[in-house]
Amino acid sequence: MGFAAPPRPSLFPPAVWTGVLAGTAILALLPILNLTFADGSALHISSFTIALLGKFMCFAIAALALDLVWGYTGILSLGHGLFFALGGYAHGMYLMRAIGRDGVYQSDLPDFMVFLDWKAYPWYWSFTEHFWYCMLLVVLVPGILAFVFGFFAFRSRIKGVYFSIITQALTFAAMLLFFRNNTGFGGNNGFTDFKRILGFTITAPQTKAVLYLVTLATLLGALLLARSITQSKLGRVLTGIRDSESRLMFVGYDPLWFKLFVWTLSAVLCGIAGALYVPQVGIINPSEMSPANSIEMVIWVATGGRGTLIGPIVGAGVVNGMKTWFTSVLPQYWLFVLGAIFVLVTLFLPQGIAGLVRKLWARRTAPRAVADPAAGGVS
Amino acid sequence: MSAAEPIVDNPDENPAGSAGYGHVVPANVDLSHGGILYLDDITVSFDGFRALNKLTLDIGVGELRCVIGPNGAGKTTMMDVITGKTRPDSGTAFFGQTMDLTRMSEPDIAHAGIGRKFQRPTVFENHTVFENLELAMKMDKGVRATLMAKLKGEQVDAIGATLALIRLEEQAWRPAGLLSHGQKQWLEIGMLLMQEPRLLLLDEPVAGMTDAETERTGELLNELRGKHSLMVVEHDMDFVAGIAEGGIVTVLHEGSVLAQGTMDEVQADERVIEVYLGR
Repeated sequence: MGFAAPPRPSLFPPAVWTGVLAGTAILALLPILNLTFADGSALHISSFTIALLGKFMCFAIAALALDLVWGYTGILSLGHGLFFALGGYAHGMYLMRAIGRDGVYQSDLPDFMVFLDWKAYPWYWSFTEHFWYCMLLVVLVPGILAFVFGFFAFRSRIKGVYFSIITQALTFAAMLLFFRNNTGFGGNNGFTDFKRILGFTITAPQTKAVLYLVTLATLLGALLLARSITQSKLGRVLTGIRDSESRLMFVGYDPLWFKLFVWTLSAVLCGIAGALYVPQVGIINPSEMSPANSIEMVIWVATGGRGTLIGPIVGAGVVNGMKTWFTSVLPQYWLFVLGAIFVLVTLFLPQGIAGLVRKLWARRTAPRAVADPAAGGVS
Repeated sequence: MSAAEPIVDNPDENPAGSAGYGHVVPANVDLSHGGILYLDDITVSFDGFRALNKLTLDIGVGELRCVIGPNGAGKTTMMDVITGKTRPDSGTAFFGQTMDLTRMSEPDIAHAGIGRKFQRPTVFENHTVFENLELAMKMDKGVRATLMAKLKGEQVDAIGATLALIRLEEQAWRPAGLLSHGQKQWLEIGMLLMQEPRLLLLDEPVAGMTDAETERTGELLNELRGKHSLMVVEHDMDFVAGIAEGGIVTVLHEGSVLAQGTMDEVQADERVIEVYLGR
C-alpha cells in the first residue's frame, strides 16, 4: 500500500511559535525593566503592573487547566476555584510558618491560632515548615481530591449540568468549611501578612520579579504540556469524549480513565496556579472558593475561546484587565459588565476571541470562499 | 454502574497480560462449536413493555445473517443487549462458548471483538477520516499507551487499506463531519473493521442512502462475507434479498423470532406476509 503517512504538524505552526516566543520574551523583559530603570524613567515598568501581570498569569494557568476539561473533553467544571484555593492554602501554610516570630503576637504559632488560644499546631500542619513538603501538598491535595471525586462521579456516569452542579456544591461546601475558625486555616481571614519565602523578603522587588518569572515559566510549560497532550492521540480521544462519548466506548476506550486523567491533571495545574498566586497577592482566604470565582474562570475560557489553548490565556488577561479597570472606576457595575461579556460572547463569539482571530486570519490568507479545512487546526 | 463490575471474565484467556488500565484483550473467543453468538431466552422490558420476549438466536462463525422485522420488533434492543448497553431481565447471551455478554461492560465487549454500527451514523465529526480510523484501530486503548501512541508504518498501511475498501481515500484528510450521509456510513463500517472484530453488527446500514450508495454497500458487505461474522439488521426487504445469497434470514416480531430460513422460505411464510403486508 502506497498510502502517504499523515502530515503530523510540529507542536505549533511556525507563526504561532513566533507569537508564543515573542509574547514570552516581552513578558520576561518587564520585570527586568522594573528593576533596572528607576521610577520616572520612560522605560520603567511599575511594580503595580508587574504584580498585576503576575496575578493574571496565575489566572491564565487556571484557565488553561479548565479549558483542558471543558474545551477539549466537554466536562464543565464550576468548581475549579476549589483546586486553585487548595494549592494556594498548601503554599500558604509554608508562608505562615516562614513568618516565624515576626507576627503580631510574636509567637511560634500564626496569629490566628494565638487569637483562638491554640497551644500547638494541629496534626495536619506537620512538616509544613518545609518548603518542598508544601510544594508536594500543592500537587497532591488538589490531585487526590480530584481523583477521588472524579472517580466516583465519572464511574457513576454523571455528566453535563449535573456534574457542573456537583462541582459547584463541592467548592461551596469547602468554602463553608474553611470559613470556620476551628478548621485550622484562619477562618474568614485566611492566611496573610507573609514575611518571607525561602529566606527572601516577600515584598522585595527582586523576590517579586523572581515569582513573576517562575509564574511565566510555569505558564509556558503548562501551555506546551497542554499542547502536546491535545496533539497526541490521547487528545483526539478527549475530543472524542466531548463529541460522542458512547461512540468512543464502542470503539473500545473506557472514558472513565481518560476523563480521570485529564480531570486530575487539570486540578493539579490549577493548584499550582493557586500556589503561585498566593505569594504574589499576599493573601489567601475562603472567598477564593466562592462559586462566583469558579464561574468567573469559566467566563475567561469562554471569552478567550474554549477548545483552543492560546484563547483561555488571552481570555484570562482580557477579562481580568477589564475587571481591574472597572473595579477601580465603576466598581458597582463590574458584575453587570461581567454578565454582559458572557452573554455577548455566547451570542456573537461562540468560539471566543481565538475563534474571531482565526476567522479573520482565514479571510486574509484565503480570500476565496472555500477555506481549506486543514488550515483551521486547533491553535 | 456496569463499569464497577469485574472487567476480566476469562483471566486464563489473557496471555498478553493486562495492558493499561484494565483493558484486557481476551486472546481467543472459544468458537469450538461453530457458533459465535448464542442468545437464549432473552427478555427485556421497559416499564412493562416487553421489547424482547424470550428471544433465542444463534449465529455461526463466518455467517452473514440478516435480521429483518418491522419497527418495534426489538431489533435495536437486541443489539443493545449484545453490546452491553442494555441488561436483559432474564436469559443468557454468550459470545463463543465462554464469554457471558450480560456480565461484561461495553468497552470490554468491544475489545472482545463485537463491533457495532449504529443506525444513525455516528463518526467523530471534528476528526479527519484518517483520525477516525486511527482512533478505532485495534491496539492497547489504555491511557498511557494512548498518550504515547505513534503510528507505525504498517498501521498507516492498514488504515490505507481500509480507506481503499470503503472508498474514502480521497477524503482521508477531511473532517468526517463534511462527508455525505452514505460516506459516513462507510466510514463507520471502516472504523469497525479497524477494530478487527470477530462479529460485526450492522444496524440498518443502508437507511437514507441513495440507490448507488446502497448498491455499493451491498458490494462492501459481500466482500466481508466469510472474513467476518456479520449480523445485518434491516427492514428494507429488497436490500436483504439482494445480499442474503442463500444465507439464513431471521424475522423478528414483537420481541421474538417469527420465522427463520432462506430468503425464499421466509418470503413464502404466511405469518411473515401478514406482519409485513397485513394490517
